[in-house]
Amino acid sequence: MKQSRYILIGILLGMVLYKSEAVSWFRIYEMFHFQSFHMYGIIGSAVLTGIVLVQLIRQRHLKNLEGEEIVIKDKNKSVPRYLLGGFIFGMGWALAGACPAPMFILLGSGYTVFVVYLVMAMTGTYVYGLLRKRLPQ
Amino acid sequence: MTPQFLIDFKDFISQPWPWWVAGPLLSLIMFVLLWFGHEFGISENFRLMCAADGADELNEFFKINWQSGIWNLLVALGAVFGGYLASHYFLSPDGNVAHVSAATMTCLQDANFQFSEGKVPLVPHFYSWEYLFTWRGLLIIAGGGFLVGFGARYAGGCTSGHAISGLSALQLPSLIAVVGFFLGGLFMTHLLFPFIF
Repeated sequence: MKQSRYILIGILLGMVLYKSEAVSWFRIYEMFHFQSFHMYGIIGSAVLTGIVLVQLIRQRHLKNLEGEEIVIKDKNKSVPRYLLGGFIFGMGWALAGACPAPMFILLGSGYTVFVVYLVMAMTGTYVYGLLRKRLPQ
Repeated sequence: MTPQFLIDFKDFISQPWPWWVAGPLLSLIMFVLLWFGHEFGISENFRLMCAADGADELNEFFKINWQSGIWNLLVALGAVFGGYLASHYFLSPDGNVAHVSAATMTCLQDANFQFSEGKVPLVPHFYSWEYLFTWRGLLIIAGGGFLVGFGARYAGGCTSGHAISGLSALQLPSLIAVVGFFLGGLFMTHLLFPFIF
């Protein structure tokens, strides 16, 4: 089945974030106390290698599996939306110690209470959808 | 009999993975998804799940064709399996432990966290159903989930979409979002945690 490749990528993602301890509340706590390079190393090395890969895509005009040239859309220009939304996200990240991917990973490793986190994250997304027009964008 | 090289391989990947293995693998995941024609971004799944649950009929923000996001839901499902595999078959030799620095351990003990055998577990004690029914547990799990869901959609992405995909593509908006993530995280950790822990 063609779609199973996405499950395999997800499994790799789960293994990477679990085995590097990025799913750990304590690692996030440590990061926000600047007491270890570990999390900065993960994000930093991902971004540095990512920049090289994206440059490669752009300069060589690499094509995707469907044969179309890979184009990464520019994100819309704005400041308040990214800063305010980012701030709210960051508060939740530090509090729960898990961003969206670790949530799914922790759910799989047996912490079924993350079902509540998932439902609340969906609620948060839904409330954003309702309030969207009244928020500074 | 399991061949010895398979046992060795299992032991090898059961060690904690250093940052310089995890980071490049994350960008590889982003690259492979781009090659498949998609952009890496996990929090979009919350919106897809809202739409699939019928929110598309209630609000135009959710009028999206969630079937076109099935690939992303499958990545999230894979992450659930990955978490299961890592925690059941590839645990570190010293257990389900977060190898945090000594400074962090001291900091946590000052905040009344108690650890046995001088080890910090991978997950905190409040990730449990019993704890959910205390004000603290509810605040952390339900409140944290709400903030993450709301903030990720408001900012148009989470750690995967902005910090990894966005910064890799040199997107200024993503840099602003990541600065927001850190300001919010520092505010929570340093100004609000004293009231919570």
